Amino acid sequence: MKHTFKEIFHSPKFVVGFSLFMLIILIVIFYPLIVTDDPLEIIALGTFFEPGIYVNMYDSFDAEMYTLNLNDATANRIANKLGDQERLDVKDWLVAYGIPEEEIDIENTEKLMGLWINNYDSTLRFPGMTSAKRRYYVRLDASLEGLLETEGVTIAAVDTETGELQAVDTIEQSYFVNVGQVANVRLLLLGTDNFGRDTLTELVSATGTSLKIGFIAGTIATLIGLTLGLLAGYIGGIVDNIIMFFTNLFTVIPSFVLLILISYSIGQEQRGATTIAAVIGLTSWVWTTRAVRAQVISLRHRDHVNLSKLSGHSVVHIIIFDILPYIASYVVMAFILQISSGILAEAGLSILGLGPKTTEVPTLGLMMNWAMIYSAHILGKWWAYFPVVVTIALVSFSLNLMNTGLDQVFNPALRE
Amino acid sequence: MKGYLKYFGKKLAWFLVTFVCAFLLNFILPRLMPGDPVAVITQRVVQGMESQSGIQRVYEQYAELFGTNKPLHEQFFLYLKNISQGNFGLSFSQYPRPVADIIQSSIWWTLCLQLPAILVGWVLGNILGALAAYLKKGFDKVIMPISIFMSNLPAFGMAIILLVIFGVSLKWFPTSGGYGFDMLPNFSWGFIWSVIVHYQLPFWSIVLIIIGGQAIGMRSMAIYELNADYVKYSRFLGIKDKKTVGYVFRNAMLPQVTGLALSIGTMVGGALVSEVVFSYPGLGSTILGGVMGQDYPLISATTLIITMMVLSTTFLIEILYGIIDPRIRAAQIE
Repeated sequence: MKHTFKEIFHSPKFVVGFSLFMLIILIVIFYPLIVTDDPLEIIALGTFFEPGIYVNMYDSFDAEMYTLNLNDATANRIANKLGDQERLDVKDWLVAYGIPEEEIDIENTEKLMGLWINNYDSTLRFPGMTSAKRRYYVRLDASLEGLLETEGVTIAAVDTETGELQAVDTIEQSYFVNVGQVANVRLLLLGTDNFGRDTLTELVSATGTSLKIGFIAGTIATLIGLTLGLLAGYIGGIVDNIIMFFTNLFTVIPSFVLLILISYSIGQEQRGATTIAAVIGLTSWVWTTRAVRAQVISLRHRDHVNLSKLSGHSVVHIIIFDILPYIASYVVMAFILQISSGILAEAGLSILGLGPKTTEVPTLGLMMNWAMIYSAHILGKWWAYFPVVVTIALVSFSLNLMNTGLDQVFNPALRE
Repeated sequence: MKGYLKYFGKKLAWFLVTFVCAFLLNFILPRLMPGDPVAVITQRVVQGMESQSGIQRVYEQYAELFGTNKPLHEQFFLYLKNISQGNFGLSFSQYPRPVADIIQSSIWWTLCLQLPAILVGWVLGNILGALAAYLKKGFDKVIMPISIFMSNLPAFGMAIILLVIFGVSLKWFPTSGGYGFDMLPNFSWGFIWSVIVHYQLPFWSIVLIIIGGQAIGMRSMAIYELNADYVKYSRFLGIKDKKTVGYVFRNAMLPQVTGLALSIGTMVGGALVSEVVFSYPGLGSTILGGVMGQDYPLISATTLIITMMVLSTTFLIEILYGIIDPRIRAAQIE
């Protein structure tokens, strides 16, 4: 036993897969201890906020102001509003307006802005310009307004007695706040999802749920597969025929179809993560049954088993002590693969809208499902779906790597 | 020949048995569930309805429609009779369109997408796997990690990655649908071109996924065969390497054919999900639509059709397998 473990942990593939998997599990365990927010809490008003550090505006006015004279501050400010695309758009409008193309230098900000401010008129309509484009220019004009000014912004407050506006403070362009001194700063490393939930917190929690689904589904499938395989292989005869009939049947009837039928029949209300896991387990035992049966048949007439029989041991005793140890490695490998395919099955089901209830727990599949429904992939909101795909791939990759490593340890023929 | 006929007969009988069982499951599973499906459906339909007698009438109408007010065996024969006439009932979500009509318009998309994609992926995967086993070294070192990575990616993951790279960023291909949204299906060049362009991303996403899994399988089969005694013996006899390799790959190929027959169901399941990612107008999107619209008749009919497709393909592959592998025929004669 000790020797086997030593050998397993000498297989580089297994070690890499195992470390990766453990890392994922550790993150799933320790992240909620540090970030204690409810993963399903809706914090953002709106969909798909970009990843970044969110600083409270109200608090930043309150925080201590520092003056930093940075040379590139103005340039940055202009670049933020007037990027390359905007410059081209401005040029397009000016050309359409009738200004000769060679007079427009999109690199020269001041000249470009001068031309724009002098000539832009929101009431003009050009042939061939869609009204969406026209509205875009109105918005662009509004955002460019005051871009070249050097004055600060005055903050006014309503006087509680007279109801009049009163200048309270002026914020110069060179004012800065220290993010560390602002009372409310929220780091949204992966932005928010379509419901306005913190995607990272949700992702970690979803990974945990999906792993749990994988474990439950894998355990159920392996237990059923092991039991049926042992019965079919060891007892043989009519029991074998019956079990093999059903095994062959469910090998060809696509389990995905059964999953769809059962999940739909259970109904949205009853579908929890555990139910889905159980259903996945109940539909994916066939491969384990086949493998175990084949192994048991080859073991059944070995000398040590015959000896055990002659010694009067019971069937249960023979199975546990003389057969199980020999097939243990296969069963463990099958179990690892079942976990991985269970997670994938849940994801597939959820994308079809047949996953667990959305309001209860997040799962990787549900996150994909909602990202797809809100077309995150087409709108370029990568943070809503890409980390999910990567997580699924990493989990299944690490499990498969472990499996390959084990395979090479137990099947010397496969070693390189 | 006699041996083959026996093999064929056996496979046909097995096909019929599985078909009947699949049919029974499709009928029984939704009816086994606790609770009254008609009541659930009525509940959804009558949301916001006040009058009790109205609700009662809706309930009775649906009970009549599904025949749930009759005993189970009568329901079964009714179901059997309807389906043998190609009558799957009326869709809920697209009422009063018949389910058969919806399926007819989506099944060809799925068939024309998945069948070629699975075949191409399988052939390419086997070639790559065989090459990796035979050439080893550099080629193997490159192909294997890529294959392992690809086969670990779920089909929808590959679909999204391709979509984002080639559809959204590079804008080479459209991101969704089976043809341009401004077109009606017809036989013009414009439409056919649009279909071809829309076909690329879903097709290659399925092909790439299947290549990965098949290459890994073929590689280990081929390595196993390359180390077999007959290879060593033929080398010892001085038979040319080329000739031996031909035998080796033929032998390694055969389990891959059975593997295809056994895993085609899983492949189709994965491909259905990637259809959803591309909003491809096939059966995958139909299922999603059915689930969203609480359309029970549509889902039940779609699952039946998919099962039928998978079973028939498996049957065809097994028949072909018998033709390719002489050992099968020999085994039947004994």
